[in-house]
Amino acid sequence: MSDITQSGPVLAADGRPLKRSLARALRMQKLRALLLIAPLLLFILVTFILPVADMLFRSVENRIVQDTLPRTVEVLADWDPASGQLPEEAAFAALAADLKDAANVKTHTKVAKRLNYENPGLSSVFRKSGRKVKNWDIANDGPFREKLIDLNDGWGDVELWRTIKTYSSSFTSGYFLNAVDMRLGADGPEIRPENERIYNTMLIRTMRMSLIITFSCILLGYPVAWILANLPARKANLLMILVLLPFWTSLLVRTSAWKILLQQQGVINDTLVWIGLVDDANRLVLINNELGTIIAMTHILLPFMILPMYSVMQTINPTYLRAAKSLGATDWTAFWRVYFPQTVPGIGAGSILVFILAVGYYITPALVGGTKGTFISNLIAYHISTSGNWGLGAALGAILLAVVLALYWVYDKIVGIDNVKLG
Amino acid sequence: MKISKLSALAVTTALCAPSAFAEEMANELTLVSWGGAYQASQQKAYVEPYLAQNPGVKVIWDESSAEAVAKIRAMNEAGNVTWDLVDAVASDSMRLCDEGLAEEINHDEDLAAAPDGTPASEDFGDLIVSDCFVPQIVYSTTFGYRTDLIDKPETVCAIFDTEKYPGKRSLQKRPIDNLEWALYCDGVAKDEIYDVLGTDEGVERALAKLGSIKDQVVWWTAGAETPQLLADGEVVMGSTYNGRLFSAIAEQDQPIGMLWDMQSFDLDGWVVPAGLPADRKARVMDFLKFATDTQRLADQAAYISYGPARASSAPLVGKHAELGIDMAPHMPTDPANAGNVHVYDYEWWADNRDDLNAKFQAWLAK
Repeated sequence: MSDITQSGPVLAADGRPLKRSLARALRMQKLRALLLIAPLLLFILVTFILPVADMLFRSVENRIVQDTLPRTVEVLADWDPASGQLPEEAAFAALAADLKDAANVKTHTKVAKRLNYENPGLSSVFRKSGRKVKNWDIANDGPFREKLIDLNDGWGDVELWRTIKTYSSSFTSGYFLNAVDMRLGADGPEIRPENERIYNTMLIRTMRMSLIITFSCILLGYPVAWILANLPARKANLLMILVLLPFWTSLLVRTSAWKILLQQQGVINDTLVWIGLVDDANRLVLINNELGTIIAMTHILLPFMILPMYSVMQTINPTYLRAAKSLGATDWTAFWRVYFPQTVPGIGAGSILVFILAVGYYITPALVGGTKGTFISNLIAYHISTSGNWGLGAALGAILLAVVLALYWVYDKIVGIDNVKLG
Repeated sequence: MKISKLSALAVTTALCAPSAFAEEMANELTLVSWGGAYQASQQKAYVEPYLAQNPGVKVIWDESSAEAVAKIRAMNEAGNVTWDLVDAVASDSMRLCDEGLAEEINHDEDLAAAPDGTPASEDFGDLIVSDCFVPQIVYSTTFGYRTDLIDKPETVCAIFDTEKYPGKRSLQKRPIDNLEWALYCDGVAKDEIYDVLGTDEGVERALAKLGSIKDQVVWWTAGAETPQLLADGEVVMGSTYNGRLFSAIAEQDQPIGMLWDMQSFDLDGWVVPAGLPADRKARVMDFLKFATDTQRLADQAAYISYGPARASSAPLVGKHAELGIDMAPHMPTDPANAGNVHVYDYEWWADNRDDLNAKFQAWLAK
C-alpha cells in the first residue's frame, strides 16, 4: 500500500526501475526473435526487395544521353527549342565530336536506341551517321552544320535536337509517360499518335480479363467447395485429390493440354462436329483469342479459389442452416441469408489470390491468347527479353504493381481485409 | 622515386602475366544455338569430331539463340559473360557488332582456308555481312502448305487470297519479311520494296495489306510452331525455316508441300561475345577454326537442308546421312528453288528495326 503513495519509480528486485528492466527484457526478446527470422529477412531483401527496387530505379534512370553526348548536352543547355531555329554551329561541332567518340567505343547505337523510344526514326539517323562520322577529323573538318545535314536530313530537323535536349537529364519521366501512351513534347506531356498507342488498351484489357477470370472462378469454384465441405470425409478426400492433382501438374503441361483440346482440329471441335452440333466448315474458334485465355486461366487458377472457400465452408456449423429452416426459412432464404454471408471471407480470399495471380500471368496468355488475348505482362516480357527496352518494361511493371496495390486498398475499404480468411 | 618505378614495374609484370599464359586453353565450351534439328546437325557435323580430337574438352549447349541479343546485353552489363560462342542470324550479329557486344573476327587469320588455298574471306565472300560474323549456313524463310486441304499455291500472294485458299495461315510475329511480302503482293515491284517501306505511307500500306488477313493469322515465335500447326491441320499454310519444313516433309512424311516463291534468304553463323578471358577465347577460336572449315560445313548439309556458307563446300554436299536422299534439290540455293527469291536487306533492317517493331507491336495489339 505504501508503494502507491511513494513518488519515485517502481523498482525491480535488483534495484533498477521496473520500467527499464521490462524494456530491456522485451528488447532482448525482440532481438532474439529478429535473429531467428534474420536469414529469411536477408533472403527476401537480397532476392526480392533489392531487385524490385533496382527495377523501379531503371524506370526513371536516364544517364545514357549525357554520358554519351556530354559536349552536345552542355552546348544545348543554352538553346531554346521553342524558337523553331536549329541550334548554332557549336552544337553541331559538339555533336560531331561526341558522335565520333561514341562510334569508336560503339555506344552511339545505345543512345540511338534510347532516343528512338521517344521519337521513332532517330535510331536510323544516329546509326547511319555514326558509320561516317567515325572517320572524320574533328579538329580540321569543320564547320559541321552543313556536313551533318548533308549526311542525313534528320540533323536539320529541330524536333531531333529538341528530343536530345529534353532527354538529357539524369532522370526522366519518359518511360512512365511511354507506358501510358504519352511522351514529352515541346509543351510538356502529350498523347502519342494513334498508331503507336498500345499500353492503355493492354492495361485495361488485362484488368477486364482478370476480373472475368476471377468471376468465372467464383461461379465454378463455389459449388465444388460446397460439395467438398459437406460430403463425408472419405468421399471429400477423394474429390479433393481431383482438385489438387491439376494444381500440382506443371503449368506448361496444362496449358498445352488446353491447346490440344481447344484448337479447331482439336478434341472439343471434333466431338461437336461428330455429334452434329457444329458444321465441319464452321468449327468454333476457341483458342488464340480472349476466350482461349479465359478458359485456360480459369482452369489453372481454380484451385486457388476452391481451397480458401473450402476451408472457410468447413468451419460453418450446419446447425445454423437447420435452425433457419426450423424457423420457417425456404432453402433459398436459408442459403442466401444464413449460409452465404458466412462464406464471404472465403470468396474474398480466393478472389484476391486469383485476381492478383491473373494480372501477372504471361505464359498461358502467350501460348493460347493469340494477339487479342495477351496481357500486359506479355509486353513486359517482350521488352525485357526481346526488344531490350528495360526502362519501359520496368515502368510497366511499376504501374502494374501500383494498380494491384491500389486495388488491394480499395478492396480493404469495401470488404475489409480482416474479413479475408484462408481457413 | 625509385620505389614508385619499382612498383610500376611490378604492376606491369602482374598485368602482363596472364597474357603469358594465353596459350593455355579452357576445357569447357558453352555453345548457344537454336535447339531442334539444326542444333543436332551442328552436334553431329562438328562438335562430335572436335571432341574426338580433343578428348579433354567438355561442350555445354544452351538453346537461347532466339534471345541472343538481349541476353548478351544483360551478361555484358552484369560483367559476367557465361557464353563462349553464339549462333546468331546475320541481323543479330550486326546489332551485336554495332553495340560492341561481339568480338571482331579477322576472317583470314582466324579461320581455315579452303583446301585449294583460297583465303577464308574470299571463300565466304559476300556472306561476311559484319566484322563479327562467321557465316555457317544459308537458309530461307519460306512457306509450307497442306497438300490435301488446299490447291497447290503458285505464288507467295496465296497467303493474302483467302477466297481461293480458305483457312488459317501462320506468320512470324515480327515485321521483317511480312511487311515485304505484303507490299510485294500489293503490287510493289521487288526492287522498290525498301523505298516504299521507308515512308510512313508505305508502312501503313503494308500493315493494311496484312490487316486484310489479320483475323486468319496465327502468329508464331518458335520455328517449330508452323510445322506443328500444319501437321495438326490448324493452318493451311504458313511461313517457317525451310529446314524445319524439310524435316516435316522428308523425315516425318507429313502431307505438306513447299512453296519456294519469294523465299527470304537469310544467313546464320557464329558470333564470339566480347570480353572473354584469354583462355576461354583461345579455346573458342580453336573450335571456330575447326568448325567452319570446308569439310565440316559440307558435312552439316548431310543432316539438314541448309546451304553451306563456303563456296568451296558446295560441291561436297551429298546425300542425307540417314535417309540417303540427295540433298541438293532441297537447298534454298538450288536453281530450281531460287527462281524468285527475296534477299532481305540486313542493313536497312538494322537501321529501321526499332521503329518498325514498335509500330508492328501496336498494330498487333489493336
